[in-house]
Amino acid sequence: MVLKFTEEHEWISTEGDVGTVGITDHAQEQLGDIVFIELPEVGQAIAKDDQIGVVESVKAASEIYAPVAGEVVAINEALPDAPETVNKDPSGDGWFVKIKLSDPAELDGLMDEEAYKALIA
Amino acid sequence: MAHADLLRTPLHSLHEELGARMVPFAGYSMPVQYPSGIIHEHHHCRTGAALFDVSHMGQLTLSGGEGAARALEALIPADFLSLADGRQRYGVLTNDQGGIRDDLMVLRQGQQFSIVVNAACKYEDLEYLKTALPAGMALTTRFDRALIALQGPAAGAVLERFSADVSQMRFMDGRVVDLKGIPAVVTRSGYTGEDGFEIAIDSADAEKLARLLIAEKEVAPVGLGARDTLRLEAGLCLYGHDIDTQTSPVEAGLQWSIAKRRRGEGGFPGEERIRKELAEGTLRRRVGLKIDGRQPVREGADVTDNEGKPIGRVTSGGFGPTVGGPIAMAYLDTRFAEPGTVVHPVVRGKPLMATVTRFPMVEQRYKR
Repeated sequence: MVLKFTEEHEWISTEGDVGTVGITDHAQEQLGDIVFIELPEVGQAIAKDDQIGVVESVKAASEIYAPVAGEVVAINEALPDAPETVNKDPSGDGWFVKIKLSDPAELDGLMDEEAYKALIA
Repeated sequence: MAHADLLRTPLHSLHEELGARMVPFAGYSMPVQYPSGIIHEHHHCRTGAALFDVSHMGQLTLSGGEGAARALEALIPADFLSLADGRQRYGVLTNDQGGIRDDLMVLRQGQQFSIVVNAACKYEDLEYLKTALPAGMALTTRFDRALIALQGPAAGAVLERFSADVSQMRFMDGRVVDLKGIPAVVTRSGYTGEDGFEIAIDSADAEKLARLLIAEKEVAPVGLGARDTLRLEAGLCLYGHDIDTQTSPVEAGLQWSIAKRRRGEGGFPGEERIRKELAEGTLRRRVGLKIDGRQPVREGADVTDNEGKPIGRVTSGGFGPTVGGPIAMAYLDTRFAEPGTVVHPVVRGKPLMATVTRFPMVEQRYKR
């Protein structure tokens, strides 16, 4: 398993050629109480940095971008009806989408956990 | 503006100690939320007692009895001549076009009027009042004073422990009260739709009083984030968003603040437009919207009819924790302003379903 982070405060955890994407604990904390989530369609082809979702808190709206290119193979169906899950468990039950990577080498361009921690420090 | 340049209220260090997230607001560093979060804080105010720091708001006093009341009436289309000692009244400072410069609260204390204006407008209001009030009128700024709001169904019981005097107070009463040795001007009013108080005190006493209040079991500190969701559910306007120099008090649905005598007599800025609108109605009106689904609709969103034709714009919007879904305030073409009308706010190009809904969207629990 490879865990990587983006400057947009997403995480991607990859096993084989499928990466699970969510937002970081830091991101959910900055957003505050999350009340709305919009996810992409399963089967959608995406380029790196494409907008793949929207997350809105009481105060603010924010976009979710694809950390890598590929195809959406699963979405967290439970999330739109329970958006607060992202506040409670951003790196677990609060995942957004699973992406089948078209180019796993793209992961090398993302931050590791140490670099991400330095970014938000 | 860099954080270092922001003004601080007398409760700044207390906010930091309580773990508040501080944000810039009207030139001040203010708590938007504490660790429990906006939704929890919102519910706390609807069920217990919420303590807000609103010291950024502008406090002024105008002395001069009936002369001062007449001077205020020349700038505000409300009735201040009949305002009894110890009573507070809401009003709007109108401009010559009938728009709104600011909205404010005016408390009569003997020969003196204590005024609270919006933080973002206070310096402009002061300059305007200095030139617009007759010469020799004794206007004093009290921008150094602190203002604490204690709001919620438990606010009365809590504050009675500080002074038995407040038990006699009804909605929109105001008086000088000794709160466990701290001299305060207390009004029974607020900006949440709940029963509660606004407490004006010397800045030197602010932290002591705030600490005493939050030590009471019903009281929790609540930030500006929840203040916004609370006032939105209650249907209360936020200046600069829901009312401004272009909107008239009639379009805004604030004609209740214009007393019958003033409608007849006139004698206030913008009277031509306002009296015409009172007689003939307006082309647009401020309304509440309940939005289907979960997608919040924010300020600036267009609203369309069933054919996709633009009929208005959202001026405040977000999530209403007590309503349990997205709500908004909007100005709509009057033909679509009747409660029950289905309209379509547009978010990211997508028209949603919303129903025009009467304010307040939650039960008002003022102590009458």
